Amino acid sequence: MSTFETSPSETNAESGPAKSAARAAEGSGGAKPRPGGNESKTGEIPSFDVTLRIRRYDPEADSEPHWEDYHLTMYGTDRVLDALHKVKWEHDGALTFRRSCAHGVCGSDAMRINGRNRLACKVLLKDLNLDKPITVEPIKGLPVEKDLVVDMEPFFAAYREVMPFLITKGAEPTRERVQSQADRERFDDTTKCILCAACTSSCPVFWTDGQYFGPAAIVNAHRFIFDSRDAGSDLRLEILNDKEGVWRCRTTFNCSEACPRGIQVTRAISEVKQALIARRM
Amino acid sequence: MSAPEQTPGGSYAPALETPRSPYRRSRSTHTNWELYGWLFMRMSGVVLIVLVFGHLFVNLMTGEGIHQVNWGFVAGKWSSPFWQVWDLLMLWLAQLHGANGVRTIINDYAERDGTRFWLKMALYLASAIVIVVGTLVIFTFDPCADPSQTFDFCRPAIDNVPTVTSPNS
Repeated sequence: MSTFETSPSETNAESGPAKSAARAAEGSGGAKPRPGGNESKTGEIPSFDVTLRIRRYDPEADSEPHWEDYHLTMYGTDRVLDALHKVKWEHDGALTFRRSCAHGVCGSDAMRINGRNRLACKVLLKDLNLDKPITVEPIKGLPVEKDLVVDMEPFFAAYREVMPFLITKGAEPTRERVQSQADRERFDDTTKCILCAACTSSCPVFWTDGQYFGPAAIVNAHRFIFDSRDAGSDLRLEILNDKEGVWRCRTTFNCSEACPRGIQVTRAISEVKQALIARRM
Repeated sequence: MSAPEQTPGGSYAPALETPRSPYRRSRSTHTNWELYGWLFMRMSGVVLIVLVFGHLFVNLMTGEGIHQVNWGFVAGKWSSPFWQVWDLLMLWLAQLHGANGVRTIINDYAERDGTRFWLKMALYLASAIVIVVGTLVIFTFDPCADPSQTFDFCRPAIDNVPTVTSPNS
């Protein structure tokens, strides 16, 4: 499942001059329909039947969340998000979920798909086992507001507490704060976070005790703690050294497995632990 | 939760009860307690591997194996300060290691503060009792306390007391 990640450089590689030239040679725009359109069988996208089992909850009507099944005909190019769209647009307009960019960047549509925290816009239906219903639930550990929408405030409150901004000391340089490539590389992994909460809401410690900062907050603290331009590391380390900080991590690796950006979250947490121990010695 | 604010112009469903207590972090303690606890778990774990497997090897693999373990065997071991220190270390480290592990489990899984507090109190009490009683036994062990033992150095005491409970004589 970790093969979802496609780095931006890979996706961009095909675009650019080469592709434009190919299109120009065809003498038509890229959006021109195929001859014969959908009536032709050649090049047709394979379609299949899917059962989508969604955890529904309407606070104004239900006392408890319940499962509801939707039988859909989907295509090989469709993602779980497309299936959710189909349900919302063609079956039940009351279905509520968050999504914004729909391309794995905004981090709005993290949900529990077949028991694993994923971005609905990055999971292709054809990669899932279609013999069984595909279960879609809201992420765990945060209060459900409606259907797949949860209250993200506890998550962002923990994020704010680690002070995710550059703290500097001394006079401001006249031009830029210069950093070597090696120093930049040191925290590169944790700059990739999109705050989707997939990691934090996959953490069993966070499930049972919302006081724990959670992986995402620690990742974003890590991003500044290991930034050579930042002078606030001690403050952040002090915060993460406390009762609800990094020492509650059980290294179950749920967070690393869940991260749609491929961040080595457990590794980042361990590096913060190491920094704390090194500071004491 | 406080009373939900009603917007004029419609009857609304009551505000949702949040499934967990509102987000309020306990005050910062500014100690390194958790750090030392975490380090202790790793270090005691490493030491315990040596102590426990050494203990098992000496008791079960050397000599006559499991059949040698009886009152006399324990008495023989504890007559040496080496094994006294070994067993004392093993007792303290294992008990503190285990108690700290259960403490983290209670912290993780107890949902209410009251439950958490009392579970931990019970844990600390049980650990304290085991450590105190165990330490006491290691240092005050009397090899002559068992009437069926046959140590030479206990002989005079036994000769003076008429044997009441001797099964074979």
